[in-house]
Amino acid sequence: MADTGVLETLLRRIEKVDDGVDSLEVATSLGVDHQVLVGAVKSLQALGDLISAELRSSKHWELLGEGTEIAEQGSHEARVFGSIPPEGLGQSELMKLSFGKIGFSKAMSNKWIRVDKAHEGGPRIFRTVEDIEDQVREKLLLVQRGNSSKLEEKEKNELKKRKLLSEVTVKSYWITKGSSFSTTITKLETELTPEMIANGSWKEKKFKPYNFEAMGVAPDCGHMHPLMKVRTQFRQIFLEMGFTEMPTNNFIESSFWNFDSLFQPQQHPARDQHDTFFLSDPALAHGFPPDYLERVKKVHSEGGYGSQGYKYDWKVEEAQKNILRTHTTAVSARMLYKLAQQEKFTPVKYFSIDRVFRNETLDATHLAEFHQIEGVVADYGLTLGDLMGILHEFFTKLGITKLRFKPAYNPYTEPSMEVFSYHEGLKKWVELGNSGVFRPEMLLPMGLPEDVSVIAWGLSLERPTMIKYGINNIRELVGHKVNLQMVYDSPVCRLDS
Amino acid sequence: MPTVGVKRDLLFKALGRTYTDEEFDELCFEFGLELDEITSEKEIISREQGGSKASGASDVILYKIDVPANRYDLLCLEGLVRGLQVFKNKLEAPRILNNERRTAAVRPHAVAAVLRNITFTQERYDSFIELQDKLHQNVCRKRSLVAIGTHDLDTVSGPFTYTAKPPGDIRFKPLNQTKEYTAAQLMSLYKTDSHLKHFLHIIEDKPAYPVIYDSNGVVLSMPPIINGDHSKISLNTKNVFVECTATDLTKAKIVLDMMVTMFSEYCSQPFTVEEAEVVYPDGKTCKYPELAYRKEKLSSGFINRKVGINEPTEKIAQLLTKMCLRSEVTGVGDEIQVEIPPTRSDVIHACDIMEDAAMAYGFNNIPYTTPGTYTVANQFPLNKLTELLRQDLAAAGFTEALTFALCSKEDISDKLGKKISETRAVHIANPKTAEFQVARTTLLPGLLKTIAANRKMPLPLKLFEISDVVLKDETKDVGARNSRRFCAAYYNKSPGFEVIHGLLDRTMQLLAVKAARGDGYHIQASDDSTFFPGRCAEIFFRGKSVGRLGVLHPDVLGRFELAMPCSALEMDVEPFL
Repeated sequence: MADTGVLETLLRRIEKVDDGVDSLEVATSLGVDHQVLVGAVKSLQALGDLISAELRSSKHWELLGEGTEIAEQGSHEARVFGSIPPEGLGQSELMKLSFGKIGFSKAMSNKWIRVDKAHEGGPRIFRTVEDIEDQVREKLLLVQRGNSSKLEEKEKNELKKRKLLSEVTVKSYWITKGSSFSTTITKLETELTPEMIANGSWKEKKFKPYNFEAMGVAPDCGHMHPLMKVRTQFRQIFLEMGFTEMPTNNFIESSFWNFDSLFQPQQHPARDQHDTFFLSDPALAHGFPPDYLERVKKVHSEGGYGSQGYKYDWKVEEAQKNILRTHTTAVSARMLYKLAQQEKFTPVKYFSIDRVFRNETLDATHLAEFHQIEGVVADYGLTLGDLMGILHEFFTKLGITKLRFKPAYNPYTEPSMEVFSYHEGLKKWVELGNSGVFRPEMLLPMGLPEDVSVIAWGLSLERPTMIKYGINNIRELVGHKVNLQMVYDSPVCRLDS
Repeated sequence: MPTVGVKRDLLFKALGRTYTDEEFDELCFEFGLELDEITSEKEIISREQGGSKASGASDVILYKIDVPANRYDLLCLEGLVRGLQVFKNKLEAPRILNNERRTAAVRPHAVAAVLRNITFTQERYDSFIELQDKLHQNVCRKRSLVAIGTHDLDTVSGPFTYTAKPPGDIRFKPLNQTKEYTAAQLMSLYKTDSHLKHFLHIIEDKPAYPVIYDSNGVVLSMPPIINGDHSKISLNTKNVFVECTATDLTKAKIVLDMMVTMFSEYCSQPFTVEEAEVVYPDGKTCKYPELAYRKEKLSSGFINRKVGINEPTEKIAQLLTKMCLRSEVTGVGDEIQVEIPPTRSDVIHACDIMEDAAMAYGFNNIPYTTPGTYTVANQFPLNKLTELLRQDLAAAGFTEALTFALCSKEDISDKLGKKISETRAVHIANPKTAEFQVARTTLLPGLLKTIAANRKMPLPLKLFEISDVVLKDETKDVGARNSRRFCAAYYNKSPGFEVIHGLLDRTMQLLAVKAARGDGYHIQASDDSTFFPGRCAEIFFRGKSVGRLGVLHPDVLGRFELAMPCSALEMDVEPFL
C-alpha cells in the first residue's frame, strides 16, 4: 500500500473540488513522481468505492538530453558566437571547445562569423554581427516551460529530427469522488479469521472485496473415464426397464457358441481369418452339450424345425475353434440355452455391455476391440411391433424420439432391422444400431418352446460416446493414448439432455 | 455387404421412369437397400489415381447400391430392376422355363446350363461379366466354394469332361494370352496378377488340378483360376455354356440358377434355359439347372401374429407377391400357398416369408407396441461391485483409465521382467500386428503406457482401472477364463509407496475387510522381478495371496519410457464378492 500521507492528501484535494483532479497535476503540485500518485489511486480503488478513477492519456513534447543542454546554455552556434572576443579567435583554439565543430558550421551558415584564412598565426575567426537571436534555445525553452503549443508543428518536427525533442504519451487518471467517498482511510481485511469470530471484531472491520471474475482453484480429485460414464448410464437405463445383466466376463469363446449356435454357417465371411481373432493356445474348445450339438449340426446341414437348412457338411472341428468373441450375442446364446433347460420357460429380459473383438482394419473410428451394448427379450408371442416399441422406449431414454427402421440382413435374426434416427445437427438419418427377431433355427434346437419369440438389439458404446463428448479420433478416447486432460475435463453424462 | 454399381440412366430406363436422388434413396430404404454413393467412373478414377488419369473416363452417373449379403438375386442391374418393378407392382415376377436338351459333363460338383440365342449389347455383356464377379466375391466366397465359367458353345463340342490332372499335364492357351502354358507355368505367371493371385491358393498345393475338356480335348477352363481363350465369349456370342464347379453343391446350384435366371431375359425366347445333364462316375445322372420352385403353405394368422399387424389373408398374399414370392389364398382357413422362386435362395424358413411380408407392408407402417413381459432386474454381482468400487476410487483422487485387452507378448513379459511361459496367457493365432499377440494377463502395462502417453501432464499422475484380464484355465470349456482385476499406479518425483499402500488400505476399508492376519488382510515382503528389490509386498486376504504392490523396478520404468519413480498395485477383485 502506498504511503498513507499521499493517500490522505489526495483525498483532501478531491474533497475540495467539485468535479475531479488530474493525477499528473496533483503529482506536479505535490512535487512527487507521477508513479507514486498512480500507486495511491490503485490503493484507494482497492478500498471499495472511495474514489472513481478514469484512465486518460495525453501527448506532450519533452526535451531530450541535448535539448536540455541547449535550453540551459544556448545552442552550439550561439555559444560559438559568444566565445569569440572582438579581436577574434584562432580557428584551432575554437575547435578545441566541446561545441566548436558543430557550432562553427551552423554559425557560418547563419553568417554570424567569418574566417580570415590569411591571418598571420593561422586562420582566425571574427564576429560579423553585433547581436544574435538564439531561436533554437528560445523554442526549446518554450517546450521546457510547457508551452509547446506556441510552436508550429513544422518547427517541432525539425527539432525532433535534430534529436532535441520527442513526443511522449502520458497516462494519467481523472479522479472523482466515489459513492462511499471519505477522507479517512480504514484498512480493509483480506479474510475472516478465527480470532475475529472469537472476539467479534469482524463487526467493526471492513473486508476487501473479492474478484469474482477470476477462476477458482481446481479441486484435487480423481475422475471417471467418459466411456465408462456413458456405460454406467446405459446400464442404468436397462435396469430402469427391468433388464437383468448377463455375465459377459468371458472374452474367449468357442466358434460353436459365437457362430454355430446362432445358425451362422461355417463358410460365413465373418468366420474368416480377416475378421475374427482365432486362438493358437488354447486352440480348441470342448465339452459342448452333446444332444444340443447334434441338433445344431442337423439344422445347419439338413434343416429341420421348418427350415431347409444350409445343406452343407457341418464340421465339429470348425465349431471347436477358440476365438476372441466377435459379439456379446455369444453370451446371449449361452443364456438362452440355459433358459431352455429350465423345467418351465419363464419370460426374461437380459442386457449386457462389454468388450468384443474384430480382426479388422483400424482407422479413426474403428479399433480391434470395442464395447457392444445388447438387449434381449424372450417371451411368448412377441411381435416385430413389440421390438419397435421397446426400441422406442429405450431410445427415448437417450433423448432420441424420431426413429426409422430399414430392412437388413443378419444370419441369426429374421426379420432384421437397422435402426436409424434423425440427426438434427447433420440434417440426415444416421444409423444407431441393429435389431431383429432371433431365427427359429437358433432357438428351437436349444429347446425353447415353439411359441416363444426372442427379440434383440445391439449398438456400440463408443459411437454415442464420441458424439456425446465431441471426440473425432477413437484413440483419444479408448486405450493408452487417451488424452487425460479430456478425462479430467469431461462433464457428467446425462444421455437425455 | 456387397455393392453393385449401375448406370443411373440405364436403371431409370429399365424402371420406366426417373427418380430424384432423394426419391430413389427412399425407395432403396423401404426395400432394404442402401444408395451408398452417387458417382461416375471419372470421379472414381480421379479419386483413386489422381485427376490427370481421369481425363478420358466416362462421366455417366453411377449409383453404388449396397445389397444385403444374402440377396444374390439383386447383384446385377437385371435383378435389381426385376425386384424393384415387382415391389412397385409394375411387373409380375417372371417364371423361368427349363427346356430339355443335352450336354453332359463328368465328375461330382459340376453343374451347367445353356442360354440359347442370346443377344448381347455392350451394357448387357458388361453386366453379365460383372454379375459373375459379384457372385465370385460373395456366395462363392472368393471362388473357394464355387467357380463360374462361361463359354461360347459354338466354339466347342460336347460332351464335356470335368477331370483332374497333374499340373504338368494340363496345357492350353488361357484367356487373353497369346500362347499356350502348362498349368504349372500358369500358376507362376499369375503370381504377379493383381486379380488372379488371390485365387491361386485354392488349388496350389493339390497334386492334381481340376480341368474341363470338350470332346475334342479343347480346354474350356481350369477352375477356379482361368478359362481357356478358345471358348471365350464376345458381344457376338449367340449360345452361352455356363458351368459351375464347386466344393459345395448347394452353392453351385444357387449360382447357376442366378446366372441363368438373370440373363435368360435376353434369349430369343425370354426366360427360357436349356438344361445340361451331368453324368457322375458311378453312372448316376442329374439335370441342371434345377430352377426349383418350392411351395410352402402358411397361415396369414402366423404372419399377422409375428409382425404385429392385422391384415386380411388376401392382402398378405398380395404383399408376398410384391416380393417375388407368388402367393395365393388356398381357401382352407387363412392358408396361403407361397411359391419360392430359384432366385430367392435366401428364403429357407417361414420366418423369411414373414419378413418379406413385413417389408412389403413397410416396417415403418407397423404400429409400436409394448410387450407386457414382467421381469425384475438384477445386476451381475461382479459388475455391481466393480461399479461401486470405481466411484469410490475416483473419490479417493485416482483417475480411471481404459486400456486395451489385447497387447503384445512383450508388454506382459519382457517389459515387466517376466518370462512369457510364466504368464498363463492365451495366444492369438492370426494377429495383423504385434499389438494383438495375446490377451493381457495384467492391467499394469496398460496403465504404464497411459502414463507414458501423458508425460506432459502435471504430476503426480494417479491412475486406476478395474477390468478383466484373461488366463488359461483348463477347467473351462474354452480352456481360459476372465479374471477381474483392480490396478492402480502413482507416478511422481518420489515413489510414493505410502500413497499406493494408503489406497490399498482405503480399498480394503471400502470392502469392509479389516487389517488383520487370518480373517482380514495384511501385506508381507515379497520378491517380484517387476518391482525394485526390497520394495515389493504381497497382499494376503484370509491367508490367500490376492495381489502385489510396490515400487516398480527402474528397468521396467525404462522399458515403458518413464523417467520418474512409480509405485503400483494390482489385485484380484473376485475374492471379495
